[in-house]
Amino acid sequence: MRATPERIARLTPPASIRIRRVSSMTRSGYRRTAGLLLATALGLTASACGTDEAPAGDNAKPTAEGAAAGPVSITVNCMPPKTNKAQRATFQEDLDAFQKLNPNIKIEKATDAFPCYEPRTFEAKLAGGQLETVFYVNFPNVGRLMESGQAADLTPYVGELKTFKDYNASIDIFKKDGKIYGLPTDGYGMGLVYNREVFTKAGLDPNNPPKTWADVQAAAKKIAALGPGYVGFGEYSGNNVGGWHFTASLYGRGGDVLTPDGKKAAFNTPEGQAVLENLKQMRWTDNSMGSKLYIDWPALMKAMAGGKMGMMLGAPDVLIGLRNDFQAKFENYQVTSLPEAKALFNGGAGYMINPKATPEQIKAGLKWIEYEFLTPGKGQLDYVRAKGANLTVGQPYPDLYGADTPSGQEVLKLRTENANVDPAQFALWVEGSKGIAPKAEPGPYAQEIYAILDTPMSAVLTRQDADIAKLLSDAEAKVNALLEKKG
Amino acid sequence: MTATSMRLSRSPRGSRGRPATKRRREVRRNITAYGFLCGALICFAFFSWYPMIWEVVLSFQQTNFVDPPIWVGLENFVTVFQDAAFGPAWKNTVMFTVLALVFGYGVPFVIALVLNELRHARAYLRFVVYVPVMLPPAVGVLLFQWFYEPEYGLFNQVLGFFGLSGLDWLNSTDTALISLVIVSTWMNLGTGTLIYLAALQTIPGELYEAAELDGAGIFKRIWHVTIPQTKLILLVMLLLQIVATMQVFIEPFLLTGGGPENATVSVVYLMYQYAFNFGNINGGNALGVMLMIVLMVFSAIYLRVSREDKR
Repeated sequence: MRATPERIARLTPPASIRIRRVSSMTRSGYRRTAGLLLATALGLTASACGTDEAPAGDNAKPTAEGAAAGPVSITVNCMPPKTNKAQRATFQEDLDAFQKLNPNIKIEKATDAFPCYEPRTFEAKLAGGQLETVFYVNFPNVGRLMESGQAADLTPYVGELKTFKDYNASIDIFKKDGKIYGLPTDGYGMGLVYNREVFTKAGLDPNNPPKTWADVQAAAKKIAALGPGYVGFGEYSGNNVGGWHFTASLYGRGGDVLTPDGKKAAFNTPEGQAVLENLKQMRWTDNSMGSKLYIDWPALMKAMAGGKMGMMLGAPDVLIGLRNDFQAKFENYQVTSLPEAKALFNGGAGYMINPKATPEQIKAGLKWIEYEFLTPGKGQLDYVRAKGANLTVGQPYPDLYGADTPSGQEVLKLRTENANVDPAQFALWVEGSKGIAPKAEPGPYAQEIYAILDTPMSAVLTRQDADIAKLLSDAEAKVNALLEKKG
Repeated sequence: MTATSMRLSRSPRGSRGRPATKRRREVRRNITAYGFLCGALICFAFFSWYPMIWEVVLSFQQTNFVDPPIWVGLENFVTVFQDAAFGPAWKNTVMFTVLALVFGYGVPFVIALVLNELRHARAYLRFVVYVPVMLPPAVGVLLFQWFYEPEYGLFNQVLGFFGLSGLDWLNSTDTALISLVIVSTWMNLGTGTLIYLAALQTIPGELYEAAELDGAGIFKRIWHVTIPQTKLILLVMLLLQIVATMQVFIEPFLLTGGGPENATVSVVYLMYQYAFNFGNINGGNALGVMLMIVLMVFSAIYLRVSREDKR
C-alpha cells in the first residue's frame, strides 16, 4: 500500500479525538509530542507496508506491447529449501542458465519459503508489493485467485509458449471466461495408495489390489484384523481436507459437487450417500479405520508412513511424499487406480503472475515458467540430470501434456529412459487411469465448500448413529446458501 | 519525595510568571522517561493500534489488494452472520470461556492456597506447577493429542486401570470441547497459580491468627480472610481470563480442526478460515471487529476495576 499523505491522514484519528485524549493527561506541549510520535509511528508503519509499484526491479518500467524488449527484472518463488540440497542445486543451475540464455532478463530474487504457496502471507505480500512476479499456487486456490482478480491475465502472451498447444485438460483449471490466468506445472489424478508389506501380512495379494469399493472394504477388514495399531483404510475429516477427499471419492463414483452451472449443490445424491455409507460401514461395522481422526494432510501421511496403515486415497505424488518427507520405506508402497473410477479428481499445482506485473515482466515470467517447468529435457523435465543428482525419476507426473502430443511423447520417452524408481509401483495406476476423464476442483469457493463437507465426513467417522441423509441435506442447504450469497 | 520538595514543585508562585521555563525544566527532568515512552508508543502503534485501525477499515471494504477497495457498508458482517458456522463458533467460544473459568480459574486458586499452606518443598512445587507454561504451546497441545488417543492414549489407559471404559475425547461432539478446556487449563495453570500465590503472600499473618483465635476453621479462614483480601486480584484475573480465553485458537487449530461436526470451531478459528483458507480477508476482519467489541466491554470493566484499586 502506498504511504501517501492522504492514506496516513485517513488512518490518523481526527485531531479533535487526539487532543481530547492527550489533553486529559498532559499539557499542550506533550500533546504535540504525542501527536508527532503517533504520526511518526503510523507513517513508519504505512511505509513498511510497501508500495503499489510493480513487483520487481527499478528497471521494470511498463512498455507498450510489441515494443522492443529492454532489460527487465523479475522475482520468482518456490526455490527448493536449503535442506533439499540436490533440488536446490539444480534450480540454481537453471536460474543461471536461464539468465545467460536471456541476457535481458534478470531474476532479482528467488524465494525459498516453504510451503511455496502460503495463504497466510499471500495477501499481505500482494498488498505490500512483496509478492513475487511469478508465484506458485495449488489447484484448490486457483479459482479464488482468478475470481478475485489476484492474478494477471496471460491470454495475450501464452501463444508464444512452444508447448502450450500440447497441454492436456489440466490447463482448464486456469481458464475463466475464455481467459488464461496461469499455467499448470504439476498435475495428477487421484488413485488408491497401499502398503504392499501390510497387504502381504494380511494375506492379500499386493499385485492384485482392490478394484471395487467392496474389495477395499474387505481388504481393510483383513488388515485391521492383524492386531492393535493396524488400520485398514485411513481418511481425512477436518481442516478442509475431509471435504477435499469427499469430493475426490464422489468424482470417482461419478457424482459431482456442484451443478454444471455452478449455482447449486449436487452432492446429495446416491453417489454422495455411497461415499459416506462406505466409510461409515468400514468405521463402525468393520472397525477397520481405527479411532484416530486425521484432520490435516501430514497427519494421514505420517500414519501411512508408519507402516501399519493399509490404504488411503492418494495420487502418485503421495509415494514420493512418503519417501522424501515422511521417511517411509519407499519400496513398500504402491499406487493403483481409483476403484470403479468414472472421473479422476485432478490435483496439482502451477504458476500465476503477479497482477501488478508489467507486460514485459509477464513475458519474462512466462519465459521462466516455460524454461524451468514446461520444456522437455530442461529444468524439472531434465530427467538425465535428475537421475544423476539421485532425484526420483519414473513417477508418472507431472502429467501436463496429452499422451499423443510431441511434448507428451518426448517427456514419456525421457522419463522411461532415465527411470530410477520401480515403474511397477505406479504401473497399475497408469494402466487403470487411462481414458478416465480428469475433473477439476468445484469452482472458486472450493475451500468454503470443503469446510462444509468436513462436517458429514467427521460425523460418519465419529458417530455410529450418524444420519447420512440428514448430514448431506444439511450440507446441501449450507452450500446452496453460500452459492446464493456469492451470486 | 519529601514534603518540602512536593511543596516546591507545586508552588505556583514565581512559575506563573515564567511558564515556559518551568515547562522546559519539566521536560528536561523527564527526558529519559519520554525516551522509554517513545519506544513503547512506536511498538504499540506499529503492532497494535495500526492493525486494529486497519481491521476496522477492512471490515467495511471489499478489497483484493490490487484494485482500489470498495466500501460495502455492513455487507461483510452480514456475510459472516449468515455463515452456518457463525452460531456454533460463538456458542463454542462462550462455552469454552465458561468452562475455562470453572476449571482454569478455580483450580489455580486452590493450588495456590495449598502451596501457600505448605512449609516444605514450596519452591520445588511452584516450579513443577509452572513447567507447563515454559513449554511452547504447540508442544503442549500435541502432547495432549497423544494423551487423548482413544485406543492407546494415556487417559484411557488410566481409566482402564480403574476399570472404567475409555472416552472418545476429541472424537466426540460431547467431549471434544471439554477436552480442549483441559489442555488450556493445564497449559495456563502455572501463571494463574503464581499470581494468586503472590497475592496470598501479601495477606498479613495476624489476620489468620486473629481468625484462629476466634475459632475459625480452614474454610472460614478462606472465606472471611483470604477471599476478601484477594478480592481485587481475583476480579482482575477473572476479567483477564475472559479476554484471553475468548480468543481460543491454537487448541482447536491443532487438535480438532474445528470438528467433529463444528463442535470446537471458535470465533478466532473461523476468522482464520475466512482470512486464510476462504480468501475472504474482509469477512475475517468483520468477525475480528465483532470479537473486539465484545472484548472491549470486558477490558473496560477491567480498567474500571484497576482504577478503583488505585483509589
